[in-house]
Amino acid sequence: MIASLKGESLETAPEGCNRSLGIVETQYYTFAEPPEALRLESGGTLGPVTLAYETYGTLNRERSNAILVLHALSGDAHAAGFHPGEEAPGWWDAMIGPGKPFDTDRYFVICSNVIGGCKGSTGPSSLDPRTGKPYGTKFPFITIADMVHAQRRLIDFLGIEKLLCVAGGSMGGMQALQWVASYPERVRSAIPVATALKHSPQQIAFNEVGRQSIMADPAWREGNYYETGQPERGLSVARMIGHITFMSDRSMEEKFSRKLKNGQLSFKFDADFEVEGYLRYRGANFVKRFDANSYLYITKAMDYFDLSGGKLINGRAIDTRFLVISFQSDWLYPAYQSQEIVRQLKLNQVDATYCELRATYGHDAFLVELEGQTTLIHHFLEKTYRGERNGNGNRR
Amino acid sequence: MEIVANGIRPDHQVIFDMIEPGSRVLDLGCGTGDLLDLLARDKDVRVQGIELDERAIYECVRKGLSVCQSDIESGLAEYPDHSFDYVILNQSLQEIKKVSFLLREALRVGEKIIVGFPNFAYLHARLCLFFGGKAPMTPSLPNRWHDTPNVRFLSISDFRDFCAEKGFVVEKAYFLNGRKTITFWPNLRALDSIFLLSLPEGRGPQERKSRQC
Repeated sequence: MIASLKGESLETAPEGCNRSLGIVETQYYTFAEPPEALRLESGGTLGPVTLAYETYGTLNRERSNAILVLHALSGDAHAAGFHPGEEAPGWWDAMIGPGKPFDTDRYFVICSNVIGGCKGSTGPSSLDPRTGKPYGTKFPFITIADMVHAQRRLIDFLGIEKLLCVAGGSMGGMQALQWVASYPERVRSAIPVATALKHSPQQIAFNEVGRQSIMADPAWREGNYYETGQPERGLSVARMIGHITFMSDRSMEEKFSRKLKNGQLSFKFDADFEVEGYLRYRGANFVKRFDANSYLYITKAMDYFDLSGGKLINGRAIDTRFLVISFQSDWLYPAYQSQEIVRQLKLNQVDATYCELRATYGHDAFLVELEGQTTLIHHFLEKTYRGERNGNGNRR
Repeated sequence: MEIVANGIRPDHQVIFDMIEPGSRVLDLGCGTGDLLDLLARDKDVRVQGIELDERAIYECVRKGLSVCQSDIESGLAEYPDHSFDYVILNQSLQEIKKVSFLLREALRVGEKIIVGFPNFAYLHARLCLFFGGKAPMTPSLPNRWHDTPNVRFLSISDFRDFCAEKGFVVEKAYFLNGRKTITFWPNLRALDSIFLLSLPEGRGPQERKSRQC
């Protein structure tokens, strides 16, 4: 049955399905030049603000086909296609492109790097115009709402009044929820995947261990490391912890079991087991591409995020459609957190679809186990775009 | 329920005819959403489904329906009072353990509820049991005793008694044998039945809550 459904979704997809976007390019938009600096939830200000962003597909004449894709903690604006000379495509390439669920033959897909990030948008590693040096820990604290307010400026700049959809997993899902909380009239639909209305103590705890690992590294130097090199050991350990929380017990068993890297025990503190090698490799790779201070600021923003207790809808009549997705083996963002989102939507009579997908890869499933997501998102977007939804009925 | 008239299942046709255009409908155990699709398309009904099966949910989404994955036995607590005009419980009543609780909940969130179930006292079922000495199998009870999802085995008369005991008002009742509507001796001659229920005037959800306290 699953196979036949999959076959069906492929049949309905346009010809040449799963073509790649090919070479794509990051663009930049700068705004909020002082004294018009962006006001932040913390009370501070940030300006000027640059957002790195990419777009795929073409905005239609009615400007009604724009989708904002939102990245997770370590993501960036490069969601799909290839950068020149790079072998790996963007982080959600399997979902974005011609004939894919976020079908660039039909939709105009936008992805921007969050503020606080280190992939082209203004963050702690950017130069503070007041000093000419990197902000470091002088960078103001930012929240998920601040990220979304900055994205709204980009959407204004692109001339889009109402987004067809906001979609993302994990922290990307938080931003999708925040879009609805802040600008419900500008969002026709939202797809929060493997996310939560607020972090649980367990989620905050894992983030705090990651932050402590960075700050305990002497190379961190209170965040002023841009001339001396970043705290690689601390940041790589933080990432290793992250990777453990992204996997499930079963997926780790399948991937590594107790397999040895070199066929025998070393009786040294080397990486004997494949799982150790994997984590070290992931950690070492991460420090090449990610700024430790960004890690501190962004994880803090995730921990501060809280749209629980009715703050998502705030008693307003909202006509945004929701597709909420969780994954069975995801213990970092367990299904009950997605169900709580759905509960809030039902309480407020907001149009909602929810599915907990069978998956074995834990939190990573949102990036790697694509079959269920592909089917659901493809059809949900298609029906939303065509306005074929659900009857109108007389809402109270 | 395999007999199809004009491509529409007879029970779906009966329920379709019961529902006012433009109303709000919640279908508990909506399956692949065929009934909801019909209602949304031809009666401009605002529909919401609840379904447990992941593959059935894919089908609903393909039809543009809103459906939430949930076990209907876990209740409808998150829906406000009277947030729907109709709550449908078609061909799932017999699989429910907490029947009384769920029907009360359905009558809290819906103004009216539509309940459809197979009739255990159908003539052939009685013959199976009486002469064959075996658990009945009929077109509306197609499973063997060991692989049936049913946990409740009720007749039309049982359900009428139940409604009277609980104070549910039977607004309409339809009895089906395949494509035919049964008028006389339904408890003997009908394979399936569909009831439209409501609470009596003045016994809205608020009053029901205070009675529980």
